[in-house]
Amino acid sequence: MDAIILQILNGLDKGSAYALIALGLTLIFGTLGVVNFAHGAIFMLGAFCAVTLSKIFSISYQTVDETQTDFLGNPLKVDTPYVEYWFGPEMGAALIDWSVPLAILFSIPVMIAVGVIMERGLIKHFYRRPHADQILVTFGLAIVLQEVIKYYFGANPIPTPAPDMFRGSYDFSPLLGFDPNSVIYPVWRLIYFAFSALIIGAVFAFLQFTTFGMVVRAGMADRETVGLLGINIDKRFTIMFGIAAAVAGLAGVMYAPINAPNYHMGMDFLVLSFVVVVVGGMGSLPGAVAAGFLLGILESFASTTWATTTIPGINQIIIYLVAIIILLTRPRGLMGKKGVMEE
Amino acid sequence: MSKSNFTRRGLLKTSAAAGAGLALPTYLSAASHSGYTNAPSGSTVTLGFNVPQTGPYAEEGLDELRAQELAVEHLNGEGDGGMLNTFSSKALKGNGILGKKVTFVTGDTQTKSDAARASAKSMIEKDGAIMINGGSSSGVAVAVQGLCQDAGVIFMAGLTHSNDTTGKDKKANGFRHFFNGYMSAAALAPVLKNAYGSERRAYHLTADYTWGWTQQESIAAATEAIGWETVNNVLTPLASTDFSSYIAPVLNSGADVLVLNHYGGNMVNSLSNAIEFDLLSKQVNGKNFEIVVPLYSELMAAGAGDNVKGVIGSMNWNWQLQDEGSKAFTKSFGEKYGRPPSNSAHTCYVQTLLYADACERAGTFNPCGVVEALEDFDFDGMGNGPTTYRGADHQCFKDVLVMKGKENPTNQYDTLEIVEVTPRAQVEYAPDHPMFAGGDLGKCNPGA
Repeated sequence: MDAIILQILNGLDKGSAYALIALGLTLIFGTLGVVNFAHGAIFMLGAFCAVTLSKIFSISYQTVDETQTDFLGNPLKVDTPYVEYWFGPEMGAALIDWSVPLAILFSIPVMIAVGVIMERGLIKHFYRRPHADQILVTFGLAIVLQEVIKYYFGANPIPTPAPDMFRGSYDFSPLLGFDPNSVIYPVWRLIYFAFSALIIGAVFAFLQFTTFGMVVRAGMADRETVGLLGINIDKRFTIMFGIAAAVAGLAGVMYAPINAPNYHMGMDFLVLSFVVVVVGGMGSLPGAVAAGFLLGILESFASTTWATTTIPGINQIIIYLVAIIILLTRPRGLMGKKGVMEE
Repeated sequence: MSKSNFTRRGLLKTSAAAGAGLALPTYLSAASHSGYTNAPSGSTVTLGFNVPQTGPYAEEGLDELRAQELAVEHLNGEGDGGMLNTFSSKALKGNGILGKKVTFVTGDTQTKSDAARASAKSMIEKDGAIMINGGSSSGVAVAVQGLCQDAGVIFMAGLTHSNDTTGKDKKANGFRHFFNGYMSAAALAPVLKNAYGSERRAYHLTADYTWGWTQQESIAAATEAIGWETVNNVLTPLASTDFSSYIAPVLNSGADVLVLNHYGGNMVNSLSNAIEFDLLSKQVNGKNFEIVVPLYSELMAAGAGDNVKGVIGSMNWNWQLQDEGSKAFTKSFGEKYGRPPSNSAHTCYVQTLLYADACERAGTFNPCGVVEALEDFDFDGMGNGPTTYRGADHQCFKDVLVMKGKENPTNQYDTLEIVEVTPRAQVEYAPDHPMFAGGDLGKCNPGA
């Protein structure tokens, strides 16, 4: 039982990342009808927002400590971050330690701006073009963004740790009546799951309970009629593109401590996220979220010792296997609307 | 009477075209040179440094490149000479190789066999590289070694630890200075027995390619020989970045040791994930849970940060060694780059000098002369004590280091400490050992 709980937790954690990226993808597809292959790159840009803030906080000046020696026996050069000089050692160290959570604030305006510029500058010119053209141009954009990041940050992963207080694991065993240490889970991954749930809830609430959201939903259902009512639906959709970019960006920021960001992390997630969107049903926001968590949990269970020894490699193919089965039995996906992508 | 269109101009054109056509297939085999591929005809000789500059082993590759550039400086008589001063062979004079100034070209293997072969081929065909040195990843090494054998150039394999490189995939034109999975296991097993006892249950996570397979086979055999049980072995794709779904099952497997047959960025991630799950604070079967990293590097240790504390592994070489060769190289590298060299940097540096020295001693760049000069060559002063390049499989035999993540590092480079220098005799094996069986060294190919 404890193993099952552990795999469910692991699946929820993986599913959180899939669900957040798929949610953004579906928002863009539902509002603008664009299949955005650059969405993984936006997730990657979010992670590099965390890297950037961490690097800014770590900019240092050098002093020589004559009392210590380096590996060659020369006096040791000591790097002291400017934030420690300006704000004092304790406050400076805390800023560096908390750079990932602080990057959430930093990334929201940056990612909205990236989304809006991307949509206005490039993607709007492809609204009336076939999906194949949209895929090509957005995939090209993803490669450009990836190469820009590689140029400025290098090819290697950049460790970006979570604050000290969130490292280590939490032991659920006493809560569940198990032996101590039988169900433990990394604290930051739990925070990642909670954060994802919060963001997903906020997006749904925004669409459901605000006038802006109501108009956007109406626009998703019938764009022309909403336009004829004198509402500038294009402007609202552009803002939604920015919000979708911010959602993926926040997913990237919070993911940075889980795996050190690197320039191709967006591509690693993109394909799986598209599978999630298709399984959930193109254009269905609840479908994207449900499929994200479902496939995350399935992938996690397929990695158990029993599964990998019974069917070697099952953990690598399970997502695609399930996608094939679902699409064969229900071509529009779990919660997809009839007609979407079927013309 | 038939009329012929045969003219003198036509004959000249046809001859020229036929000559060019015949010459094309021999471009790689350098028929126009002196009997071997890319024989240098001017005042310079070009070496090809093929390393991963992107991908999961990029950090290692970039350090290899730094070391190779330093080796070229020393060969050309620039800088402080580094290990030229401590190398037991005194054939190299700091005036290049055989009087020719050394130049180099570089390629990015991307840690992918196809890309590595393409970049090596380009360096041989377009840049005239006479040897290829470097690489991280045994998959890449095996692929490039095969290419170099066919092309008729020498391949000095860089960081490759698979038994297969000098086992079933060995080639006459290929040489390996680095140690291998068998040697790691032979060095580690006694230390693991002392540290963790002889009744342990080990769970292996293994990179799914030639290196991972042979590393796992070696460490499983060696630990089973000291009484350990292998609970499970799960293969993980080289492209994996998050190992949490592989780590979570370990918790409930009954294992009390996790063996990470991972390297580079993969090891950094899998070890970090294992620490995230607090494996090291667990007690299983009444024993403290332990993690073993059979193949260590300083760069991985730096990437994994505090997570390596107390974790045992093996290394080919470490900058903390106090022999004259190691001190000379560390000083030279440290002054140029402001950081100590990694063991992958060391092996590529040493191999560049060994290749150059073999050319000098053979008096030729002809690969067959170089092969002859390197086979069963005994040397010292390069950092691992007396060393032999065994002729039977072109594997170097030397001391192996067992390392441990340092509990209280004093600076950013003080991540690992040497637990034991395992004597060479303890890690030696016969050329026909079952883990190295099959394959054929074949004969050297000069390419002509």
